[in-house]
Amino acid sequence: MGSFGNPDIVEMQSDILIIGGGMAACGCAFELMRWLPEGVTVRLVDKAAMERSGAVAQGLSAINTYLGEQDPADYVRMVSNDLMGIVRDDLIYDVGRHVDNSVELFEEWGLPIWKQPGDEEKTLKQGGKPVRSGKWQIMINGESYKTIVAEAAKKALGMDRIQERIFIVKLLLDAKESNRIAGAVGFSNREDKIYVYKASAILCVAGGAVNVFRPRSVGEGMGRTWYPVWNSGSTYAMVAQVGGELTMMENRFVPARFKDGYGPVGAWFLLFKAKATNVKGEVYMETNAEMLKDYPPYGLAKVPATCLRNHLMMKEMREGRGPIYMRTDTALQALAKSYEDEFGPKEAKKKIKHLEAEAWEDFLDMCIGQAGVWAGENIEPEKVPSELMPTEPYFLGSHSGCCGIWTTGPSDLAPPEWQWGDNPPEAGKDPAPGQKNYNRMTTVKGLFTAGDGVGASGHKFSSGSHAEGRIAAKAMLAWVMDHKGFQPTLSKTPQQLAEEIYMPVRNWMEHKDYSTMAEVNPHLITPKMLQMRLQKIMDEYVAGVGTMYVTNEQMMEIAVKKLTELKKDSAKMMARDLHELMRAWENFHRIYAGEAHLRHMLFRKETRYPGFYYNMTYNFVDEKNWKCFVNSKINPETGEWVAFKRAHKDLVTKP
Amino acid sequence: MPSFVINAKCDGCKGQDKTACMYICPNNLMKLDKERMKGFNQEPEQCWECYSCVKICPQQAIEVRAYADIVPMGGAVIPLRGSDSIMWTIKFRNGEVKRFKFPIRTTAEGSIDPYAGKPAADMSKLSEPGFFNSTGPVRTMK
Ligand SMILES: Cc1cc2nc3c(=O)[nH]c(=O)nc-3n(C[C@H](O)[C@H](O)[C@H](O)COP(=O)(O)OP(=O)(O)OC[C@H]3O[C@@H](n4cnc5c(N)ncnc54)[C@H](O)[C@@H]3O)c2cc1C
Ligand code: SF4
Ligand code: SF4
Repeated sequence: MGSFGNPDIVEMQSDILIIGGGMAACGCAFELMRWLPEGVTVRLVDKAAMERSGAVAQGLSAINTYLGEQDPADYVRMVSNDLMGIVRDDLIYDVGRHVDNSVELFEEWGLPIWKQPGDEEKTLKQGGKPVRSGKWQIMINGESYKTIVAEAAKKALGMDRIQERIFIVKLLLDAKESNRIAGAVGFSNREDKIYVYKASAILCVAGGAVNVFRPRSVGEGMGRTWYPVWNSGSTYAMVAQVGGELTMMENRFVPARFKDGYGPVGAWFLLFKAKATNVKGEVYMETNAEMLKDYPPYGLAKVPATCLRNHLMMKEMREGRGPIYMRTDTALQALAKSYEDEFGPKEAKKKIKHLEAEAWEDFLDMCIGQAGVWAGENIEPEKVPSELMPTEPYFLGSHSGCCGIWTTGPSDLAPPEWQWGDNPPEAGKDPAPGQKNYNRMTTVKGLFTAGDGVGASGHKFSSGSHAEGRIAAKAMLAWVMDHKGFQPTLSKTPQQLAEEIYMPVRNWMEHKDYSTMAEVNPHLITPKMLQMRLQKIMDEYVAGVGTMYVTNEQMMEIAVKKLTELKKDSAKMMARDLHELMRAWENFHRIYAGEAHLRHMLFRKETRYPGFYYNMTYNFVDEKNWKCFVNSKINPETGEWVAFKRAHKDLVTKP
Repeated sequence: MPSFVINAKCDGCKGQDKTACMYICPNNLMKLDKERMKGFNQEPEQCWECYSCVKICPQQAIEVRAYADIVPMGGAVIPLRGSDSIMWTIKFRNGEVKRFKFPIRTTAEGSIDPYAGKPAADMSKLSEPGFFNSTGPVRTMK
């Protein structure tokens, strides 16, 4: 039995390793196990319990991607416009044409999906018409969404292939073949055990990143970020560290949400037709409409890009016309009136009660904290409006953001430069022609990703992430079968790897007695303080909430220097127990995700996402020079970063 | 805005080595104090208030007190999760109470049979678009 500081080392090997247990991982597991031939082995590891892990842990109130009758090409157009034109049409179309299959399965497994009157008894598959809260979104009773999806995945895999509470720290390259994935290493956050995994193909789907920037809440409420506090950028950091190419890491997501609780606003805008106003009661989307014309075509679409909607709101805040209010009161009163006119007072009363329940359910299904804020502040939405606030920045590739990893696309849609297999492209170069293509493979051979991991392809949401995990599953299996003879070889011994992982524990044991208050110690830094230092740098120099999302080239150059020093000090992190050891490595991942973001922002000499951030040195969108992907890559041997352009291509015609 | 465990209600999951709250917390926050045999949140300022622990606790010993540094005290949001629906009680600071009930699941927990009635995968189509259960050709760009 291992003890703290003296862990057992367990070595495991499987053909396929899935890192993460969220939507993408569950999709992968379900699809993969149906195809799996005799003799091919699989393992899934999650830092938490799949039943409630990842971004869907507390449930959701809508499935944001369900196409129904609609054309995937229109879906591509919407995503492209929302993300200011620089996205991979092939990847988005691929999600669009596959996603409904996953949604129909969710319903079959037991997820309640709202239907139009008259269609209540019909499933989607039987042609039942869903209640849409927007063109692509459908409403659900989603408290148990993750529980249901995880149950199917767990049954498909079988519990003997699943390990929960394992935090993966690093991916490992093959010792013999260059740029080839060979395994991963992690530790249990419950037992003194280090796990060294060997695999021929790996799906790295550990979600996006939160708490890289200083959150608005700083005391006991620090855990109340919009994005779930437990996804710490592992996907981006781990793939980058083994030399995988990143794309569009300059993109961030700054959702405008109900203040303090970060409750969702989508249903309020779309379902209840509420308006957002400034302090004078003006609808700033109308009074500031001129500003949208500065950003054609993205500002001119029927629904302007999300960042531009923020841009209009932030002008009001900067010029002292806050607070911004969601007019829940007038919206509900207007609906009540229209019900009375249409159905008479008795029937209207019933309908209004139902409406009120729907409004609360929107929070209770996916952001219970907001209900807590309203309860504590005595807010009854039908009587008073509620404040809106843009959050601190987050990194994610599946919601309304598109940072992530550069991958191959589907063979039937992607142009040749977005397809590769045994010979991935070098930085800035096209791949050699004539290779067999494996969908959703990174530029590291055998390493795949999906969901929040795949860059330049946002708006997949829960359903699209599940579908994308399934797409990747098939490609991984093809990879494994085409590389049957491959024997992964690690360049370090399990003992060496274990020492690297336990470094914060060693630091603690060696230096804890130096000062009488161990935490204040020149040899040690707590993961918490390291995180706060990272957040201070990102907030103050890289356009966090502290500067109202504003930065410039000089400020970012200072940030590069400060991060470099922070990285050195990360070697002094301490861990007093396994929980703190996990915090230490989460922060190590956060630093890499933050650095990638910063380096991409510095490289892109324009402000592509006004309302998400402003680089005042280049405060404009430059379609001529910068309508391209910004990609980057670390040299895994030297740790050096390079950033470079890759050409953008429209595969679907756009306005 | 952390979860907290009510002393009088928690029975430490009857001394099992893994308590329900420890099993479920996505952020690894819940821990068992073995001396007192009580669960507790070891890092309250990292609680997402996801209520996973609240919903799963067999003794209903866990509640959430909204973050003291932001929200006025006295409100509460309390779920009671059954097998097919969830009941929410919302207590306002001013004493007002609202109750809501929503469906959560149309099938019995644990009843999913993932491949029942589903076609087998056709290995010859592994490298084509579509899933093992897709019916008809998958769309492609014109
Ligand atoms: C606040 C919020 C609201 C949303 N609302 C909606 C909505 O209404 N409708 C909708 O359709 N979509 C919604 N989404 C989007 C949806 O939740 C995501 O698109 C989806 O969860 C992404 O799937 P994923 O598998 O990439 O990541 P996740 O589902 O987040 O899964 C990540 C997994 O990785 C694990 N993990 C993380 N780090 C490690 C590590 N180092 N080692 C091992 N495991 C690790 C986690 O435990 C988790 O299992 C919302 C997202 C957020 C954040
Ligand atoms: S699940 Fe409930 S009863 Fe069990 S240890 Fe946690 S708080 Fe106590
Ligand atoms: S509410 Fe969620 S994050 Fe907080 S302790 Fe409970 S399970 Fe963990």
